[in-house]
Amino acid sequence: MKFLTYIVRRIAFSVFSLIGLSILVFTLSRILPGDPARMAAGPRAPEWVVEQIRAQLNLDKPIYIQYFLWVKDVFRGDLGYSLVTRRSVTFDVFEFLPATLELILLSTIIFIIGSIVLGAIAGRWAYKLPDNVVRAFAYIGVSTPAFVWAIIFQLIFAWWLGWFPTQGSFSEGIIQPPKITGFKLMDSLISGNLIAFKDYLWHMILPSLALAMSPIAQNARIIRMGMVENSGKDFIALAESHGLPDRLIMLKYLFKPSVIPAVTVMGMSIAALLSNAFLVELVFNWPGFSRYAVNAMLNKDLNAIVASVLVIGIVYAVANLIVDVIVAYLDPRIRYMERGE
Amino acid sequence: MNKLKLRITNLTRKRSSLETRKSSPRRESLKRAWFNFRKSPLSLVGLGISVFCIIVAVFAPYIAPYPEHAGYYINFDEAYQPPNWKHPFGTDAYGRDVLSRVFFGFRFSLMMAGVVLSLVVPPGVILGLIAGYFRGTWLDMLIMRIADVFIAVPPLVLALAICSVLEPNVFNAMMAVSLMWWPWYARLVYNTVSSIRNEYYVIAAELLGVTKTHIMFKEILPNCLGPILTKLTLDVGYVILIGASLSFVGLGAQPPTPDLGTMVSEGAKYLPNYWWVTIFPALAIAFIILGFNLLGDGIRDIFASER
Repeated sequence: MKFLTYIVRRIAFSVFSLIGLSILVFTLSRILPGDPARMAAGPRAPEWVVEQIRAQLNLDKPIYIQYFLWVKDVFRGDLGYSLVTRRSVTFDVFEFLPATLELILLSTIIFIIGSIVLGAIAGRWAYKLPDNVVRAFAYIGVSTPAFVWAIIFQLIFAWWLGWFPTQGSFSEGIIQPPKITGFKLMDSLISGNLIAFKDYLWHMILPSLALAMSPIAQNARIIRMGMVENSGKDFIALAESHGLPDRLIMLKYLFKPSVIPAVTVMGMSIAALLSNAFLVELVFNWPGFSRYAVNAMLNKDLNAIVASVLVIGIVYAVANLIVDVIVAYLDPRIRYMERGE
Repeated sequence: MNKLKLRITNLTRKRSSLETRKSSPRRESLKRAWFNFRKSPLSLVGLGISVFCIIVAVFAPYIAPYPEHAGYYINFDEAYQPPNWKHPFGTDAYGRDVLSRVFFGFRFSLMMAGVVLSLVVPPGVILGLIAGYFRGTWLDMLIMRIADVFIAVPPLVLALAICSVLEPNVFNAMMAVSLMWWPWYARLVYNTVSSIRNEYYVIAAELLGVTKTHIMFKEILPNCLGPILTKLTLDVGYVILIGASLSFVGLGAQPPTPDLGTMVSEGAKYLPNYWWVTIFPALAIAFIILGFNLLGDGIRDIFASER
């Protein structure tokens, strides 16, 4: 029951922040210089067309009324009309978001496995050669931006070695799976198209690896630090004095408590993935939501910009919520701290 | 009365009287800071890289082998030269020396970081201080809930969105990043203030009837400097990353500005044949960020061992 209260409070907080975010982005898109009606009509349209569009988009009304009209539309599932794709923004969101989510999911899996393995190796052989190698990698990994990794990987593994495709999501001549869920991996599995599944996965590897690099480095560092700190604790000495096998001490007593701090900063890792996807999708020409958002931004497509910031905000809020629930589940102290304040 | 206040505040300072007894306490603590800093060789490497980048940035017109290649310069005879003795990083599509442009790129990156951080830190710190000191009042609610809104979406995404509605150039990129960066400082200071809000020296000052401004700026603020300074150094790298990302997307600096992000995205068109045009600026971004990250870790070590 207490757990449930915590979750409800947490959700209410997220919803509040998202409402604030929608006001912020909407206001920015309306008060900053530039005339959306003129942009929608095109530079050579006569003045009366611009006026008509202005009335149609409610731009002639005060800003708070515009906002309420916009919110009303959002609740009807209407995010407006995109000037770039010439389609409803809602349609575009459902069209492009799955590809980005797939990418982020794969890199989350990669960075969780990678950071646990590297962190455990560094913690096990602390201050020895493997630790130094991992630490050097961690410093370089944290400092190198994801788009730099993306370009380096593309150059080495795709162009020079030819192991992976250089860009896109499907090779030429592959029969694409029918649209069922929108998630191409799932669709190709459902329709039994294993060739498309393999091809798509193959295209995903380099971008998701580039995205995963800095979270791997960051979390490996945290896990290593936790293991080094915990190895001096009394419960380890106790386990050792009881003659427990080394591997058991490592896994059960040393490794497990060292992972929790890494889980708490996973929200930060997800923020990094979401924002870096904007650049990595550009490098690999991945047909995802971030590339769509960047195109909208470059073309001043206001409806699509507002919608994409909000969608990213929602994805981020949901991801953070999941992380917080996992942490609270793993570490009961946090639940009680929240209540005790 | 003023003299008494001064004495009391000196007595109530967090620093113990043991260390202030030495002949010149400031010099002593600087010495100790340096000792804690150089304990880790990586911090020294970071300091070296950061100082190197700053020197290169400041003296770019004098150090760069071809300073005129920084802006509009075209010499198609020398285009696409791979790295050689004359051009260690090769030349780009217009025959410009990539090394010279990277030197000028450091200039833009550091300028971005300098301008953004000096615009952002004062308001962020002051707002965090006010919210933390008046914890639980409507002021706290107002400031921190607004800050939460800015933090509700990853920083780069908001920066991109703000940039997109403005004209794309270096100045607007700086303004956009500054606009959404202050909440991080407000939050950092807020958390620090909350933890020292009920220390004895604050309560003592309050009981003496010292003004609130004095308590906030003279009693509390000096004790928040450690975390602020650490974050500031680490943020140099982070702001450089955001700035480079903005220009990489095309919403920040525009060509032919020798911005590192712009150079990477321009060069990426010529992959894989002319890889040096994009790889060297890309590595330069990683290099400068690495330097400031290591330096930030060193500064954190100073304040961590003080406690």
